[in-house]
Amino acid sequence: MTQPHIDTPATPHWRPLSRSRASAATQGAVGAETDEITDAAIEAKEISLWYGSAQAIGDITLKIERHRVTALIGPSGCGKSTFLRCMNRMNDLIPSVRMTGELFLDDQNILDQSVDPVELRRVVGMVFQKPNPFPKSVYDNVAFGARINGYKGNYDELVQHALERAALWDEVKDKLHTSGLALSGGQQQRLCIARALAVNPQVILMDEPCSALDPIATQRIEDLMRELAEDYTIVVVTHNMQQAARVSDRTAFMLAREDRVGRLVEYGLTEQIFTAPRDQRTEAYITGRFG
Amino acid sequence: MRAPTEGSAALATDTAMADRLRRRRFRHPTEAVIKALLTASGFVSLAATALILLVLFEGTLTFFQDVPLADFFLQTRWQPLFEPVSFGIWELVAGTANVVLWSLVVAVPFGLGAAIYLSEYANPSVRRVLKPLLEALAGVPTVVYAYFALTFITLDVLRPLLGDNISIFNSLGASIVMAVMILPTIASISEDAMTNVPRELREGAYALGATRLEVALRIVVPAALSGIIASILLAIARVVGETMIVAVAAGSTPNLTLSPLESIQTMTGYMLQIGLGDAERGTIKYESLFAVGAMLFMLTLVFNLGAHLFVRRFQERYE
Amino acid sequence: MTAVRPEAPGSDRYQGARERSRRNTLSAASRWFFLTAAALALLVLAVLAYDTISQGAGRLNLQFFTSYPSRFADQAGLRSSLIGSGWVLALTVVMAVPIAVGTAIWIEEFAPDNWFLTVIKLNLANLAGVPSIIYGVLGLAVFVRFAGMGPSILAGSLTLALMILPMTVIAAQEAIRQVPSGIRDGALALGATRWQAVRGQILPVALPGIVTGVILAIARAAGETASLIMIGAFTFIAFDNSRITDDFTTLPIQIYNWTTRPQEAFRANAAAAIIVLMVIVLAFNLIATIVRNRFRRFR
Repeated sequence: MTQPHIDTPATPHWRPLSRSRASAATQGAVGAETDEITDAAIEAKEISLWYGSAQAIGDITLKIERHRVTALIGPSGCGKSTFLRCMNRMNDLIPSVRMTGELFLDDQNILDQSVDPVELRRVVGMVFQKPNPFPKSVYDNVAFGARINGYKGNYDELVQHALERAALWDEVKDKLHTSGLALSGGQQQRLCIARALAVNPQVILMDEPCSALDPIATQRIEDLMRELAEDYTIVVVTHNMQQAARVSDRTAFMLAREDRVGRLVEYGLTEQIFTAPRDQRTEAYITGRFG
Repeated sequence: MRAPTEGSAALATDTAMADRLRRRRFRHPTEAVIKALLTASGFVSLAATALILLVLFEGTLTFFQDVPLADFFLQTRWQPLFEPVSFGIWELVAGTANVVLWSLVVAVPFGLGAAIYLSEYANPSVRRVLKPLLEALAGVPTVVYAYFALTFITLDVLRPLLGDNISIFNSLGASIVMAVMILPTIASISEDAMTNVPRELREGAYALGATRLEVALRIVVPAALSGIIASILLAIARVVGETMIVAVAAGSTPNLTLSPLESIQTMTGYMLQIGLGDAERGTIKYESLFAVGAMLFMLTLVFNLGAHLFVRRFQERYE
Repeated sequence: MTAVRPEAPGSDRYQGARERSRRNTLSAASRWFFLTAAALALLVLAVLAYDTISQGAGRLNLQFFTSYPSRFADQAGLRSSLIGSGWVLALTVVMAVPIAVGTAIWIEEFAPDNWFLTVIKLNLANLAGVPSIIYGVLGLAVFVRFAGMGPSILAGSLTLALMILPMTVIAAQEAIRQVPSGIRDGALALGATRWQAVRGQILPVALPGIVTGVILAIARAAGETASLIMIGAFTFIAFDNSRITDDFTTLPIQIYNWTTRPQEAFRANAAAAIIVLMVIVLAFNLIATIVRNRFRRFR
């Protein structure tokens, strides 16, 4: 947060689309910008998921780099949200869902029977497509997560800190005790981010977080994602390719064929996906030929 | 807020992560207790049904040890209180059927008329006022309706009109008031079914030059038929189970008749009569309560289940 | 409408202007017919209200509220039946509401979605349709006789509690179902346990709807007569209830009693008591409506 957006050349993780296009030719020359992920926060191994007898995603294997923004893109119905929801096991809430494969958070397979999904969700936070603040005060929205975690510290400080990190403090500091529903859509979404931050997660999942927002609110959330990536691992599902290009370090392109099973088509540095896709389906999608 | 985990410390904290995420039995102790309590409360309704079935079954069984099953179903007289005693259920069933018949004769036309008005004619503001008012009729305690049936309908209206042709306690007075009581049931559920009829069906008919009345009667009513039938079945179940109105206004004379002018007794009316007295446990009077109760229970169950099936049908059709 | 065939355009085959105008007149007239149907029930309600008030208003004085029942109509009053109703309703609510809300929460938030849950739901729907007098038989056999409670306040409350349980559960379920799923998901995604999500977020949102359902159930119990007569509450009570083991009577039972007296004078008493009962029932309904509207505004 204290660090400016402009990156030092040594650790470039903020690449606006225009710049990445310009530097496309030199991609690969920069040391940190290789496909190799050495520090993975999440590693999926052959994840498949069924709703009842209908398979929704198939054999997804990828690593998600720590403290980076990873975007999942693809046409609707490609299973990107479903895959995202595997990472905090929100899919468990749907009856008849079945999963196979392994999904490691650090070195723990979170699909393992021994893992408590409630604890998992305290480590892996989530922001939803439609802002869903609780119909309570701004303060209580942020404090709820800490409260259920048995947080013993100073709540006022915690709430302020979380709101500051979500870049919302200045706008709401005088109305902490008004309803979260009274905020604008963009503010509500940042409130939901603050709410997630107050639980102190390691990973934040964002499921099309800007699809219900206007362009200005969208930009603020995107800026926020970049800032938060310094301390958190962020996975964002988006149908907006420009957004993926603007905010993410790596992009995974998913696609469902006639069998309606979402599969990973291509995964790599965002720059590479958008400038030099290796798969022609990726190219077709990012150039807007379908989807 | 604690500092987020350092990336470099990740390898060192791997076991910590496994440890943190491990399912533990007593991590959320209240959760388990609450869940057990909630589950237990979920069983209370099952226990209620079980108790009802048990009580009715046990009592009925005792009853049929004294009264042959054949008498119950084959004899025509219900005369349990004085000699010679006779336990033919049909007089009570006829009493119930009598009230069902005449209350439906009144309530179905008016209930459907009200439903058609609300769904096809009324503008939204009229509807917003009229519908809750109609539904308020369902909230009037039945003892109030009972008073109204006896004092106003019978004594102030029917007797002056019909004179001695109608007895003081009669099926008609009870049925008219019963009709008022079930009218909201018929009107409300039928209206829901009619509102559910897709607009395209109506527009198709209007486009062919049909009038509003023709659309209502030839398009909407047939399309909403299963909902209408459901509403009538539900109304029947309510009439069959209703006690106070018939106990007060319809009389206490078991009578194998469908005439609205005579004094009759329904199954519920008989049960209340026993409740009013001191039927000692072990007497045949007391046991007959359970046999009649079992009959009543099964009848209402049949009508309620029937309504349930028809409701499901109209809900599924257009979804 | 039925005879029109596009391939037969001869104008003589269509209805004449006279027929069309007849159809239109009929349709216009039908509006008034159907309006009458809808309004008639309300007219009956108005007559009922007028008749009751004109009959009973004269009896509504202080003596009527402070006197015990009596064989003299002008000395009889509602004291014991009002106190009895108060006891029975309070106890009924205390027993039924936690179990009903618990059941609703369990069904909507905790129960695994399997055949057993289907059985529970079907059973509730069926229980809601069981006639109240059957609950009376249940209360008589189980609470009064088997458990030896006698026709006491406790037995009456247990009976009414079972009777309003299904409708309260169904109302509470409805209220919980109307909570937007985003609230539930939001809480669970923060690592709330099911109960933390329910307690912290879902119940507060559902509460007005639950309260509405509970109030309507109380109104129903307040007017209930048959099942309480069945358990033996049709008795002469000339003392103030002070224990849950007391015999009791209630307002609707008192109305029934006075209605069935042959003497004309008791008709006025019945009417006056009906005014009191209707004011109570309408007050409950009004409160329920207010709660519900408030809920809507804040959503």
